[in-house]
Amino acid sequence: MTILEKVTALLGEGAVLEAGTDRVPRVAPGSPDAVALLLGTAHQEGWRVRIEGAGTWLQSDAPADLAITTRRLDRIPAIEPSDLTATAEAGIGLDQLRQQLADRGAWLAIDPPGLAGRTLGSVVSTATAGPLRHGFGPIKDHLLGVTFVTGDGRMVQSGGRVMKNVAGYDLTRLQAGGFGAFGVIVLVHLRLRTLPRADITYVLEGAREDLTQVGEDIAGAGLTPAALELVSPALARRDRWVLAVRLAGSPALVSADEAGLGAASGGGRFAPLRAEEAHAFWMRLAEGFSVRPVTFRIGGVPTASDELLDLLQHQLGDEWISASPAAGAIRWTGDTNIDRLQRLRRTLAGLEVPLTLERAPWPLRGAVGHFGAYREGVGPLVAGLRRTFDPGGALVVATEGS
Amino acid sequence: MTTALARDLAAIVGDRHVREARAERLTYSMDGLPTHRRLPDLVVLPGSREELIAVVRLLAALGVPFVPRGAGTGLSGGALADEGAVLLVLTRLNRVLKMDPANRLAVVEPGVVNAKLGAAARPTGLQYAPDPSSQSACTIGGNVAENAGGPHCLKYGVTANHILALEVLLADGSLVEIGSPGGEPWGPDLVGVFVGSEGNFGIATRITVRLTPLPRAVRTLLADFTGLRVAGEAVSAIIAAGIVPAALEMMDQSCINAVEDSVYAAGYPRDAAAVLLVEIDGRNPDAVIAETEVVSDLLRKSGARSVRSAASEAERERLWQGRKKAFGAMGRLSRDLVVQDAVVPRSALPQVLEKIASIAQHYGLVVSNVFHAGDGNLHPNISFDATNLDLKKKVEAASAEIMQACIAAGGTITGEHGVGIDKMRYMPLIFDAESLGAMQAVRRVFDPEERVNPGKVVPVHACREWTHARGYRVGSPGAAPRGEAA
Repeated sequence: MTILEKVTALLGEGAVLEAGTDRVPRVAPGSPDAVALLLGTAHQEGWRVRIEGAGTWLQSDAPADLAITTRRLDRIPAIEPSDLTATAEAGIGLDQLRQQLADRGAWLAIDPPGLAGRTLGSVVSTATAGPLRHGFGPIKDHLLGVTFVTGDGRMVQSGGRVMKNVAGYDLTRLQAGGFGAFGVIVLVHLRLRTLPRADITYVLEGAREDLTQVGEDIAGAGLTPAALELVSPALARRDRWVLAVRLAGSPALVSADEAGLGAASGGGRFAPLRAEEAHAFWMRLAEGFSVRPVTFRIGGVPTASDELLDLLQHQLGDEWISASPAAGAIRWTGDTNIDRLQRLRRTLAGLEVPLTLERAPWPLRGAVGHFGAYREGVGPLVAGLRRTFDPGGALVVATEGS
Repeated sequence: MTTALARDLAAIVGDRHVREARAERLTYSMDGLPTHRRLPDLVVLPGSREELIAVVRLLAALGVPFVPRGAGTGLSGGALADEGAVLLVLTRLNRVLKMDPANRLAVVEPGVVNAKLGAAARPTGLQYAPDPSSQSACTIGGNVAENAGGPHCLKYGVTANHILALEVLLADGSLVEIGSPGGEPWGPDLVGVFVGSEGNFGIATRITVRLTPLPRAVRTLLADFTGLRVAGEAVSAIIAAGIVPAALEMMDQSCINAVEDSVYAAGYPRDAAAVLLVEIDGRNPDAVIAETEVVSDLLRKSGARSVRSAASEAERERLWQGRKKAFGAMGRLSRDLVVQDAVVPRSALPQVLEKIASIAQHYGLVVSNVFHAGDGNLHPNISFDATNLDLKKKVEAASAEIMQACIAAGGTITGEHGVGIDKMRYMPLIFDAESLGAMQAVRRVFDPEERVNPGKVVPVHACREWTHARGYRVGSPGAAPRGEAA
């Protein structure tokens, strides 16, 4: 029997999708149990499997015997507005999830890069936070628990559905940003906020150095923006760099911060965006990172932001960059090659700054790896965890590169 | 020194810092929970990172298990060492190594006391936000091991949200650097995995913590209610309004009276069924004032009999002292106190509190509630006399029923105290055998021989077998849990 015939026998014809351009058989299991069944079989049969979501973020080009997409895991079993929690399957598109939460007055305070229909599982497994990380923290801070399936088909629960939980070891944080190397996330328990009653975005254009100073002034003035993002001209589609400030929360808080913003920026040079303009601005920013072939993030301390931006400009060019200087996070997208990325990672490692490759065509990410330049002792731990959760190496993930 | 091991350890840390005498070891036979007692074979207090590394490498060479311990304020029996294990007390590693206000971080040794880190940060306009009630004694290393919380974690997050990087000493004596000062991990989030691992993965020898700006304005409200259910509903109303208070704490009448009878008397109304302590803080005074007005209105509309705002810093401190010293005040009620810890969905608070009251009534026990209502993190405290064995059995039975009630409401068995020894029996109630096996397999990646803090957190007998990468098998017949010695 071929792989396709075996998969059809396991899950039925309805689960089999048309193969992509690389002709790898593609299957869409309709339940977490079906994912476990498939991966258990893959482990026994020695198949190499790549995991896909909606196919809008990471390129669907990893060499594999079988592609499993989570797109049929798109249910939202629970939304609890009074508890500010929700449970959603990994294949739900963020746009659908956002809408259903908004209908109940709830908000998942993340704005990851990528298209609106990117799946929740993709965002969690790659830990790709967007500008809202400034006010609401990284992706892991929005997770209460996950259920995942290991490379040999075991279903594992971690965490729970409540606000605080220290029962057992935190395997949720292993999965958040694990890039699927330690299992396939099938269900996510989320921490929500109430939909902000006031939400306004201000932008200021100028030279990068000037805007950096304004950003520091805003932080020093005690404002509490939801996002404080420095965006390169090409990405913002403006003539100069843009500093975007998003204020979101209770009307009292936003109104007080608006007053403070004028004072912190030396006389109110910031321009407010109308609601539809703000929506378009942040959406364009997010989508920009899924257009170019390579996207990566780096994380340094806030005082190193300027130096790191200079370094990126020097080594790769700074066409498409978005930075949250106060959070020390910078995301770059563009076109580059293996040598340049490896050299950059080495340089950054010397500055104690990790580089995480978020997306790239397989030849590049296979060579460079999502992770690399580990600090002392990390490599053996990562390898041990990888063998623990995928003992047969069924999951094709460019963990450290070749 | 009477044994070869004690002599070898003394050669590293000095005679004074190896405790062999039974009377000395008894000091370390308990933590903050009175229901578990274990006597370590030896107690060692290294005075530096280098001494600690040398001690762990010696123990690794000899295959001796060990248990790291901070100030011993834990509430799950997690830092108790069995016979045959060496207790490593880390309180002498108490230096703040670096304070970097520009990048809002500090690097500390594990024995630094939580409140002392806060005091060191304060002159720079920053704070270390996690504030467990034991913060005047507990250590950052212990906080990392337990993923400690505290009243102000509602807004600022728990310990896991404040740890950027760690240097970890593994059981085999090797050092690992995980995380980075900017918070981005080198690969998977091993810092996130390590925090809350209850000393099972190794010892954090250097801890890089995130500091946050001190609030510029703080308002503290005390609201009192004639019923627990109404107070619970007021909590939901505040959260639903989209305002995140810095803290939202509840105390019931039994707790109120214990506090008011003690030196920590805070002026709580004794006839109230419950009080809510609500703190709103922020960097913008205008916003804090406006949000305080909204919260005050919500409390009144939700049925608060009165809402009082602390008029001065002294009054605020008094209100908080009553809350933070409530556990101490409850010491007046009886010889012993079991501090329980569970979390339920916020909306389930009213019915779970009623269920706890009925369990207490059924067993004829005094249960006082003081807890983090905003997080749904309950602390039912049972007052009893542990020398009365019948009463002790009743306390254990009531504790189990309380846990089951919280689980039935969609909750979990611990929100901040950890599993340790005390909660191991409840782990199979919330995790299946596969998930427990996965946890144990992860532990073996860090500590293949299970020599660091053995016999804690995961009930090995309940794990499904996982074949580990290095060839070890979890859940084998020889890996039964150690017996209770309480």
